[in-house]
Amino acid sequence: MRKDSLLKLLAAIVIIVGVFFTFVGPLAKSIRQGLDLQGGTHVVLEAEDTPEAPVNGDAMDRVVRIMEKRVNELGLAEPIVQRQGERRIIIELPGIKDPDKAIQVIGKTAMLEFKNDKGETVLTGTDLKDAREQTDQQGQNLVELEFSPEGGEKFADLTTKNVGRNIAILLDGEVLTNPRVNEPIMGGKAVITGNKTLEEAHNLAILLRSGSLPVKVNIIETRTVGPSLGQDSKDKSVYAFAIGLGAVVLFMILFYRLPGLIADIALMAYVIILLFSLKMLDATLTLPGVAGIILSIGMAVDANVLIFEHFKEEFRTGKTMRLAMDAGFERAFTTIFDSNITTIIASAVLFCFGTGSIKGFAITLGLGVVLSMFTAITLTQFMCKNLIAAQLFKNPAIYGYGISNVGKEKEEVTKLG
Amino acid sequence: MAKKTVEQQVKIPFDIMRRSKIWFAISLLIIIPGIFSMFTNGFNFGIDFTGGTIIDMRFEKEVTLPEIRDSLRKYNLDNATIQLSGDVTNVEASKDVMIRTIDLEENDRKAVMATLKEDVGDYTVLREEKVGATIGGELIMDAVMATLISWVLIIMYVSYRFEWRFGVSAVLALVHDILIVLSIFSFTQKQVDSSFVAAILTIVGYSINDTIVIFDRIRENLKLHFRRGGDLYELANRSIYQTLTRSLYTVFTCLFTTFALYWFGGDTTKDFAFALLCGFFSGCYSSIFIASPLWVTMRNIAESKKSGNSNKPATTEA
Repeated sequence: MRKDSLLKLLAAIVIIVGVFFTFVGPLAKSIRQGLDLQGGTHVVLEAEDTPEAPVNGDAMDRVVRIMEKRVNELGLAEPIVQRQGERRIIIELPGIKDPDKAIQVIGKTAMLEFKNDKGETVLTGTDLKDAREQTDQQGQNLVELEFSPEGGEKFADLTTKNVGRNIAILLDGEVLTNPRVNEPIMGGKAVITGNKTLEEAHNLAILLRSGSLPVKVNIIETRTVGPSLGQDSKDKSVYAFAIGLGAVVLFMILFYRLPGLIADIALMAYVIILLFSLKMLDATLTLPGVAGIILSIGMAVDANVLIFEHFKEEFRTGKTMRLAMDAGFERAFTTIFDSNITTIIASAVLFCFGTGSIKGFAITLGLGVVLSMFTAITLTQFMCKNLIAAQLFKNPAIYGYGISNVGKEKEEVTKLG
Repeated sequence: MAKKTVEQQVKIPFDIMRRSKIWFAISLLIIIPGIFSMFTNGFNFGIDFTGGTIIDMRFEKEVTLPEIRDSLRKYNLDNATIQLSGDVTNVEASKDVMIRTIDLEENDRKAVMATLKEDVGDYTVLREEKVGATIGGELIMDAVMATLISWVLIIMYVSYRFEWRFGVSAVLALVHDILIVLSIFSFTQKQVDSSFVAAILTIVGYSINDTIVIFDRIRENLKLHFRRGGDLYELANRSIYQTLTRSLYTVFTCLFTTFALYWFGGDTTKDFAFALLCGFFSGCYSSIFIASPLWVTMRNIAESKKSGNSNKPATTEA
């Protein structure tokens, strides 16, 4: 019986400590990092109602698809385009080198129009099938357009009716070129000339390929974090995490001795489970999220403190250590439950009403409370029971009894079970 | 073996409950000037609330404030907030510069930054933020909504598990904590941004947690040891001392981690950590010195009304 318990206790400790030191680094690194940690650009777009194009769900879905195309053309590793609420879109561009160019590409409306000489719009960007940049034999940079079958017909019609006259190609209301039609163009192809560099032609081609936006869209927020600041924040967070965890671990050992050590081991398990859950939830770790994790370590020991205090109290009434531990857990449970539910309520509300990084913070906080409750009730209890059953130590001081308590009674200290 | 009950074991070295006026006065000494300051000085709102543009840059060589200001003058932005970082005050020259202006359009910002490069020198961008003014108003609304909703839910839950007076006392203690933190942020003019909102809600979570642990003990003592017409002051005092070790230990561990975040974390989380430090102090204080006396006061009023109306000794329903 004694040997059994000792074995169980040691096994639990070895496994948890081993897992902690092996996996804490790789696990933390494998969780997706927010832009504030890895550097990148965050853009919020908002659609605006215009008399011609009111905002609706369908239009927003199309804007999202167009933005996805545009962002993908930038060639980044893991861009995110996400609709938020009725008329907003969030775009995240991690590790981007040239944020200005990206913001420009995103912010363009890219409304392409072909107008006849009377100023009537005959074709729009939706008639387009493809657009590619090119340098022709004379060294001119141009964009070659390929129309859809329907668009090709419209274009043929336009050029047939306008031989000898000028037509206009406009982008976002600005005249790009104003060529004179020499002959009807039947092949469903056209070129836009007048680009200064090949890169300019390339950007225009991206915009045209990804199509024009169905509604008016404004950039209402941009945030860019440079890679050096991101790395700096990361290093500092890791440092703060280590110091905070270390201080709590020391504190618990100092004030609760052996049970304190057990609480520390449960804390290690807690950190690993928390990181693993974040990974499984595919959560993004932002700076406030990391702050939430560091903070939750301080809060996570609370459940252990409650259990140990109840244990001391029960032991003082003359119960054996084992019974005192059982009663301590039982009484602490209601307290832990009631006090934590209220924190969970607060973080749930934060999650529902918060945006972006605040949501991330709410997830870590709420998850932290639930998991710390879980580890205290299961792991701490398991280890404490086996510790007592193993009867390794008989002096109650080893169990934190008699340290820093008002009104303790010495004569009961000898009672052991 | 004489069975000792928990109640006999805790001595009450200092009567907290009967001195409630002192504790309320101490809090009001911070809160009343704080509210005054909120109306006169207001807050140092970050661009999350006001809208605007922030550019954080690191120049290749050290630059001075006038250099930057002269360059910004070309765009009539010489009233912008310019901070040479490193230290807060009296830095003559620094490589790190933070510029905060009104909400600039994309092209304007680019022009400003190009001019800076020309006038002052080459730099790398550390951080760049632009927030439209409309978002700020929504953020305040969302924050206020979130706080109010969490209060209602907490009162409902605590009323269900305990009694309504506990819920109301706990939430009043929360209001107290929020007012303290808001006061301190108005006094110190530290920046209030979206992470401040997260800090406030964490404080709400912490403070309620701390209060409920004490209330849980009061509830238990009410059930087990309280006789009709008993001394509520004594009961609450005893409950506080029984949970005092836990209250202190928990606030210590939370303060350890928050201090670590404050001293060793990045600049961007400094104000966030500061708000939490104030909130944890206040939360721990209010659970003992505000929430519990409030509950006793409310309960006593109810009991005296009851006994006044029917001339019966006060009864308790736990």
